[in-house]
Amino acid sequence: MAATAAAGAVATDEDARVTQSAERTIIAEFVDVHRHYVMGKNVVKALNGISMQVRKGDYLAIMGRSGSGKSTMLNILGGLDRPTTGEYRVGGRDVSKLNDDDLSDVRGREIGFIFQSFNLIPQLTVLENLEVPLFYQGRVGRESRAKAEYLAERVGLGKRLEHRPLELSGGQQQRVAIARALMNDPLFLLADEATGNLDSNTEKEILDLFDDLRPDGVTIVIVTHNPKVAERADQTLWLKDGQVEKLVNNRTAVAANGGHP
Amino acid sequence: MIADTMRMVKLGLKSLMLHKLRSCLTTAGILFGVASVIAMLAVGEGASAETLKQYREMGVTNVLLRSQKPEETQQSSASSMMSTLSYGLFYQEADRIQNLLPQATVVRVREFQRPVMRGENWGQTMIIGTEVNFLEVTNMKVHEGRWLTELDQQRQANVCVLGERLARMLFPLENPVGKTILVGIEDRFEIIGVLEYQGRAASPNGTTLDQCGFIPMTSSRRRFGDTVRNPLINRWEQVELHEIKVKLPSTAEVEGAAAVLDQMLQGEQVHRNKKDYEITVPLELLRKAEATERMFNLVLAVIASISLLVGDIGIMNVMLATVTERTREIGIRRALGAKKKHIVQQFLVEAGVLSALGGLVGVGLGMLVPYGIEKYFKQPTDIQAPHVMLAFGISAAVGVVFGLYPAWRAANMDPVEALRHE
Repeated sequence: MAATAAAGAVATDEDARVTQSAERTIIAEFVDVHRHYVMGKNVVKALNGISMQVRKGDYLAIMGRSGSGKSTMLNILGGLDRPTTGEYRVGGRDVSKLNDDDLSDVRGREIGFIFQSFNLIPQLTVLENLEVPLFYQGRVGRESRAKAEYLAERVGLGKRLEHRPLELSGGQQQRVAIARALMNDPLFLLADEATGNLDSNTEKEILDLFDDLRPDGVTIVIVTHNPKVAERADQTLWLKDGQVEKLVNNRTAVAANGGHP
Repeated sequence: MIADTMRMVKLGLKSLMLHKLRSCLTTAGILFGVASVIAMLAVGEGASAETLKQYREMGVTNVLLRSQKPEETQQSSASSMMSTLSYGLFYQEADRIQNLLPQATVVRVREFQRPVMRGENWGQTMIIGTEVNFLEVTNMKVHEGRWLTELDQQRQANVCVLGERLARMLFPLENPVGKTILVGIEDRFEIIGVLEYQGRAASPNGTTLDQCGFIPMTSSRRRFGDTVRNPLINRWEQVELHEIKVKLPSTAEVEGAAAVLDQMLQGEQVHRNKKDYEITVPLELLRKAEATERMFNLVLAVIASISLLVGDIGIMNVMLATVTERTREIGIRRALGAKKKHIVQQFLVEAGVLSALGGLVGVGLGMLVPYGIEKYFKQPTDIQAPHVMLAFGISAAVGVVFGLYPAWRAANMDPVEALRHE
């Protein structure tokens, strides 16, 4: 039973890691979050009492069918929307009651967005796109340029700084988007179907890049409906009808599965 | 701060370059508005400045009485075919005016055409017989030599003061003072002075003061008499004085004096039933011209505002379209930490760049057009700095005001909706 033994070894390793996680800082936390929409006479309960935590260094996938509340959760996690009731804490601070300007600052300082359709600004060069998040913090200058150059190098696009987004392939654009998300040293990266517009080879490249970044202490939350993408994360949070269905530790699950992804 | 502003402007330009044609057309709207305002104001200002200058040169404290040929009835025209036509103002009337308005300076003026000659140089010109006060009343200065004196009048001396142009025509190479010229066929006159250049008309026939020769009134009467032959209708006309200039001590007395003079002359038997004189009050003309100018400027301002408004509506229209098109960009920027004010700034800068660009090029074109008009149509124009700044300022300011609403709409989009926008 060499396979089991090996799997057991992996499981033990992962267990150790999960135990360690209790000591790592909580950087984002939902406390009984509800998000209700009024549609005519009906109240749609998109999120219905969600509590969860993201700790520093986590790699978390959020999955669920359409209508499960994934998008709503993403919007609140990203500071684009506010809970109807409940608390959303970022870096220990409740941001659910902040005004528009302060919430904009939270987005600008603490969160690194990565979108399905890359969402680079077409009229700007790669370098300028990278500088956008710092521009709104009033931090554009020689340092921001050096940082942009470093991150472009880090995602493998060091020679494309003066290119326009449309001159790049989809995979390259998404690399730029990832570098942009890292520009403000966010507490966590928030990826929305980050590989949804890419072919499977490029998808793998991007997911490898995420793995590459993890030793730097990058925390990743990825919202997806693609199980292959979710498997690459440490944990998967399953949503159903606006509630947490289950939290699966993918490392132990993989082990139980006989080590086959 | 400055670096940030530069960055915003650069970004604005980049975004505008996304739609070059559209941006150019919008800019053109402002451009032509600003250019036409500047050009119109320059042309208007030039024309009215010329008129106002003429009236001012006539003297704002002066009242000018001028003889004019009365309209003839058929009967009188037939009967007087052979006789001499007598009309206009008289020597005596000047004295009566002086008695009536003791505070005024009264000057008699007689004009007649004569050939003048000096060696090989000669020409037909206007000789003005006048008095000592003429210089003061017309506000002219002697360039060289001296002006006519009382003694010249008493002696009926054959002395002459030349206008600047006449002096140059007759004496192209030498100093005229002390030399003699021939006036008419047989009268020699000694040149005693030359006037400074004036550049204005001496009489309604268009002769300028610079082309005239000035001699004592008494000498003119003795040498040349009071009758002249009108070459057009081959008739003798008797006119004692062509003009009486009355200078008053202040502008306040001008209108009253004009009324008194008119009343006095109408009371004279000789002027009854024939309008053979005309009273000109430069001050009145000046005021009328100024009122016209104000009205003209008001109309221009209205037209200008309308054309600028049209341009600015163009800007608003384009900005609304831009905001709709770039909804997604707005969503991205909001997600990356842009506050509402950043979005407002961004689109305001774009509107501002559009209108400022249009304004700048418009200023250039607006200054070129009057230059062309001056050069090719010989129309005086006058570009005034405040007008240029006004036109540019209004276009830029209104451009920004009209950019406010689109920018506000952009800033108030829901970021979630904006990101979802295709």
